[in-house]
Amino acid sequence: MNAGERLTDANFPAHPEKATLEGKNKFLGFWLFLGGETVLFATLFGTYLGLRNMHLDGPSGEELFSLPLVFLATMLLLTSSLTSVYAVLSLKQNKVRSLQGWFIVTLLLGLGFLGLEIYEFIHYVHEGHTFTSSAFGSSFYSLVGFHGAHVLFGILWIATLLGRNWNRGITLANAPKYYLFALYWHFVDVVWVFIFTVVYLMGKVG
Amino acid sequence: MATHESHKKRSGLMDWLTTVDHKKIGILYLLAGGFFFLIGGLEAVLMRIQLMEPDSKIFTGELYNQLLTMHGTTMIFLAAMPIIFGFMNAIVPLQLGARDVAFPYVNAVGFWLFFFGGLLLNLSWFLGGAPEAGWTAYAPLSTVAEDTGVDFYVLGLQIAGAGTLAGGINFLVTIINMRAPGMTFMRMPLFTWASFVTSGLILFAFPALTVGFFLLMFERVFDANFFNPDMGGNVLIWEHIFWIFGHPEVYILILPAFGIISEIVSTFSNKRLFGYSAMVFATVLIGFLGFMVWVHHMFTVGLGPVANSIFAVATMAIAIPTGVKIFNWIFTMWGGQIRFTTAMLFAVGFIPTFVMGGVTGVMLSVPAADYQYHDSYFVVAHFHYVIVGGLILGLFAGLYYWYPRMFNRVLNETLGKWNFWLFFIGFHLTFFPQHWLGLMGMPRRVYTYMSGQELDGANFVSTIGAILMGAGTIVLLINIVISASSKYATTKDPWDGRTLEWAMPVPTPEYNFAQTPLVRGLDALYVEKTAGNGEMTPAEPVGEIHMPNGSILPFILSLGMFIAGFGFIYANWIVAIAGLGLVLITMFLRSVIDDHGYHIHKEEVEADIKGGRA
Repeated sequence: MNAGERLTDANFPAHPEKATLEGKNKFLGFWLFLGGETVLFATLFGTYLGLRNMHLDGPSGEELFSLPLVFLATMLLLTSSLTSVYAVLSLKQNKVRSLQGWFIVTLLLGLGFLGLEIYEFIHYVHEGHTFTSSAFGSSFYSLVGFHGAHVLFGILWIATLLGRNWNRGITLANAPKYYLFALYWHFVDVVWVFIFTVVYLMGKVG
Repeated sequence: MATHESHKKRSGLMDWLTTVDHKKIGILYLLAGGFFFLIGGLEAVLMRIQLMEPDSKIFTGELYNQLLTMHGTTMIFLAAMPIIFGFMNAIVPLQLGARDVAFPYVNAVGFWLFFFGGLLLNLSWFLGGAPEAGWTAYAPLSTVAEDTGVDFYVLGLQIAGAGTLAGGINFLVTIINMRAPGMTFMRMPLFTWASFVTSGLILFAFPALTVGFFLLMFERVFDANFFNPDMGGNVLIWEHIFWIFGHPEVYILILPAFGIISEIVSTFSNKRLFGYSAMVFATVLIGFLGFMVWVHHMFTVGLGPVANSIFAVATMAIAIPTGVKIFNWIFTMWGGQIRFTTAMLFAVGFIPTFVMGGVTGVMLSVPAADYQYHDSYFVVAHFHYVIVGGLILGLFAGLYYWYPRMFNRVLNETLGKWNFWLFFIGFHLTFFPQHWLGLMGMPRRVYTYMSGQELDGANFVSTIGAILMGAGTIVLLINIVISASSKYATTKDPWDGRTLEWAMPVPTPEYNFAQTPLVRGLDALYVEKTAGNGEMTPAEPVGEIHMPNGSILPFILSLGMFIAGFGFIYANWIVAIAGLGLVLITMFLRSVIDDHGYHIHKEEVEADIKGGRA
């Protein structure tokens, strides 16, 4: 069977994302890539932990951070992870329209998160907390900004993926791609959980 | 079967720019890495000429700093690693019995990113001066430098490093998923095992460097304050990040050499490798411990006796699995029918040389003693013994050993022996006296010394040795030119090999194995030879073979990074955005253009088999 052919309920494999060698390779390769990404964020976290109290004359994290706003952003992103799970469940049941719907919700929630983050950053800059104001500023924007860039990339990714495959159903070629995006999105979500804890909660308690 | 396939046969330059064939990418890595090796070697010889006499004024001050920075950086990132990747590409899929690597396209991206990154870094020589902050680029030396040298360093290596990471993931997946039937993990040749562990180290070490480079770039280009104490920054963060990457990097370099030596010692002793499973375990253990020793580069920073002691003990522990390897190589040769080919000479020369580097390594791992050795020529002698005496001898051995498989010709053995003896004697002449220079107090990275301090003689000898090493390398070049111009083609198995890369005809068919081989034991080909078959038993009938299409996109994507690099170096945001835009467009095109590759039909494969071409 050609990998680009639309799957029917009759020939639908149990794990369409791993039904071809190419799919298996992508699946494993992407897990490994996320292992590397973990080191990348760990290094950024380490840098932030080393410099988070170095705010000099500028406002400290305790003065800056507003937990209600961050809580809202967290809820948006956690919910988007849930909706991407629903999308993957639809993938496994060969329900392509439902998959598209859930991924669009995921995308919109991601956009909402990004909007809040941009609002938050602009607010901080007005408070005098900028990328160049102190070592705290540099490390804060690097860590949180790297995460934000990952969210942005994920949004571009899923938009391209949905657009390209809008009328193609689920195939052995695109099933691994949907699945990998969901993996990526969960990873970005987990990183945010750590950012929420290490940056915002620990920032608030001093 | 309805397949929508289009396959354009490309030739000449276009074929090399678009190839996704791991065998061709291996050759590209080897050529590009070899080119940078010559540049790095030239920089080394120029430094040695400056240090030949006391108070010499040929290459002083800033120019000397540029030479030493570029020598280290080039040799590590642009010569040693790409040559290793060259062998991994050319040999690992064959040793596994695989038709291809897991991600042929990503493989090509990896090569071109490395190539353009290296090109960017080396263009600094012509565009305002090379970086001069040492290959470690310690802050604040690297953050306060006014000219663009360090910018070239940080962006060039960032781009090259991304390529390395892509290559590492590719080989991990290839080795886990693409092994032939019967090729269990504990039947994999040692070079493939070493490539596996090295790829794992790349995966977990390079992202730390990626972040380090981002921080340094932000500091220089966007005025961030990570390493600026006036603004609350801390220079030690750079040192930690650099060495968290930097120490695993040392094992990324040496493990493949261990693998090459294991293959060669076993083949030319006509014996199976002694203690195979212990060798595998030692390789994995070295890789694991390699992540826990980075502070031994920072003993004199002042992290305190507890931290220093813990890292000292971890460092000393690495000597144990390494010692296991040394003894296993010796026991493999013990009682074997040894053939002293050039490859074997390099392998045998490697063993005592590497032991000497290991002994000084254990000396350096004692923090109290390290305060004495730190930043002296003793350290220079140590790491050149392990990197040149270890890795480079291993790479020369691998080149002579696998040259017939990669280029369908053997290298001349007489010239090869000249190559070995000139390089080997030159190496010891260069670096052995440097132990004493260091113990007598000569600091590293300083462009001159005064006469009357008893440093003259050893420095003079050291320079003579460097020239001999250069002569040895020139002999290799002559050997390559002669072999390229001779019509003599090799047989498929010139060394009476034991592993799968010698199981197919020369030139290697583009699909590697017409039929995937069935592996029935360690040293798969040797098993069949002793069973009287002489060649591999196929694990499948002759059938259609699926192949990936070549693509120009990896080249264009890397070109986009190259352009963006210039944009960031000169803070020209239009150029930077244009470059990154080109990268995104290429990724977009790759996503939306379906490319399912093409099939080689059964009849063609059968014709190849009949004609002795597969």
